[in-house]
Amino acid sequence: MFYLDDIGRYFLMLKGVFSRMTKGSVLRNLIFKEIDDLIIGSLGITIFLAFFIGAVVAIQTALNLTNPLIPKKLIAFASRQSVILEFAPTFISVIMAGKVGSFITSSIGTMRVTEQIDALEVMGINSLNYLVFPKIIAMLTYPFVIAIAMFVGIFGAYIAGVYGGFVSSTDFLTGLREEFIPYHLVYAFIKTFLYSFLLATIPSFHGYYMKGGALEVGKASTSAFVWTTVVIIISNYILTQLLLS
Amino acid sequence: MIEVTDLHKGFNGEEILKGITTTFERGKTNLIIGTSGSGKTVFLKCLLGLFTPEKGSICYDGTTYSDLNTQQQRDLREQMGMVFQGSALFDSMTVEENVMFPLMMFTKQKKEEMLERVHQVLKRVNLENAEKKLPSEISGGMQKRVAIARAIVTRPKYLFCDEPNSGLDPRTAIVIDNLIKEITEEYDIITVINTHDMNSVMEIGEKIIFLRYGHLEWEGDKTQIFKTDNEAVTDFVYSSNLFKKVRNAQLKGL
Repeated sequence: MFYLDDIGRYFLMLKGVFSRMTKGSVLRNLIFKEIDDLIIGSLGITIFLAFFIGAVVAIQTALNLTNPLIPKKLIAFASRQSVILEFAPTFISVIMAGKVGSFITSSIGTMRVTEQIDALEVMGINSLNYLVFPKIIAMLTYPFVIAIAMFVGIFGAYIAGVYGGFVSSTDFLTGLREEFIPYHLVYAFIKTFLYSFLLATIPSFHGYYMKGGALEVGKASTSAFVWTTVVIIISNYILTQLLLS
Repeated sequence: MIEVTDLHKGFNGEEILKGITTTFERGKTNLIIGTSGSGKTVFLKCLLGLFTPEKGSICYDGTTYSDLNTQQQRDLREQMGMVFQGSALFDSMTVEENVMFPLMMFTKQKKEEMLERVHQVLKRVNLENAEKKLPSEISGGMQKRVAIARAIVTRPKYLFCDEPNSGLDPRTAIVIDNLIKEITEEYDIITVINTHDMNSVMEIGEKIIFLRYGHLEWEGDKTQIFKTDNEAVTDFVYSSNLFKKVRNAQLKGL
C-alpha cells in the first residue's frame, strides 16, 4: 500500500508539474541554468566513463575470443553493439542517477527544509512547475550526452583494441561497420529519452516530498538513487522486450 | 481586516487548532504568541493558505478564502508578503535578485523599473550596499531585512512574519521589530507576526492573541497583557527571569 501511495503521488506530482506554467522569460533562464548544471556538468564524467567502459569491453571481448577461427573484427562488432545498445544508454544513466539524481534531490530537498518552497507557494507560484519543469526540459538534451558517450566508448574500444595489440586498425574499422542496424540507434535513443524523463522526475519527487532536516535530505538522495536505478533497470527490460523481441 | 471564524485544523487525526475566532486590523501589528506546540505556525500557515482548514473560515477584507477558485486564491496570495523564520531566501540568487524575484514573476515592468523599485525597498530596510551579495555572505539580521524587502516589494496588503527575530541578538531583534512596525504604518498593511519573544510584545504588540493547546486563550494589547489575571498568559509572560524580577520589583513597589 505504501508503494502504491507513492506511485499515486508521483503521477499527481507530474500533473502539478504541467499545470499553471511559470512566466516564459523566467522559465527560459531556469532551463539554461539546468542545462548547465545537469548536462554540461555531467559531460566530463560521462566521457571519462564511456572511454574506459569501451576500452574494457574491447579487451574482455578480445581475451574471450580464443578460437583462431573467429575473426578479430568481431572485437569491434561486439564493442559497438555493447556500447550502443546497453553501456551508453543504460550504464551511463545508472551513473547519472547517482550524479544528477542526488543533485536534484538534495537541491530541492534543501529548498523544502529551508522553507524556500513554502516561499514560492506563498507568492502564488506553482513550485512544482517552477522547480521540476525546467529540469525535464533540460534533460531532453541528455540524448546528446549519450550520443557523445557512444562515440567516446567506441573510440575507447578502438584505442584499447588496436594499441593493446588485440586487433589491427583495419580489422577494427571493418568490424565496426559490419551488420550495422540503424534501428539499434533508434532503440537506444528511445530508451535514453525515457531515462532522461525518469532522471529528472524521480529525484525531484523524492526531494519535493521529503520531510525533516539535513539528515533526511541525505536519506532522500539515497532513496532517489535507488528508485531511479530500479525503475531504469525495469524499464530497460520492458523496452528491450517491446522494441527488439 | 482579516476575520477568522471557528478555525479548525488537524493532522493525522490530531486536532491542532480547535476553533479559533479573531480579527486582525489594518495598519496594526498583530502578534500571535504562545509556547512551542501551541499551534502558532499552523495558524499562520492557514492564514497564508498553505494549509486548508477542516472547518471555519478566513475572510480577507470581505473575501472568504475558501469560496475562491484556484486562480482567485493565487491572485489573493500575490497580495500577501511573508517573512519566514529562516528567511527562506533563494540561496542561488543575490540579494538584489531575491528582492526582484516577485516583481519578475508577477509584473510586466521593464528591468530598469524593477531595479529602481528594488533599490528603493533595499534603501528602506537599510541594505543599500549588499545588493550583489549572496544570502550566505550576509549576517542573519541582514537576511531578515532582505526577507522583509522581498515581502514588501510588490506592495502587499497583508504581511505575515514567522518569528522574524529568532536567532538574532536583542539589539538587531529590536531593529527588525521596529522596521516591521514602521512598514506596517507606512504601507497601511495588515501585519500578523508569530512570535514568542516578549521583547517584541513590549515593542510592537498593538494586538496580541495568545494561543494555548490550539485554543485562543486570551487577546488584548501590550498594556493589557501585563495586567491580565489569566494564569496561562501570566505564566508565559513571566517565564523569563528578567520579567520575573521586574514583576517582583513592581509588587514590592520599587
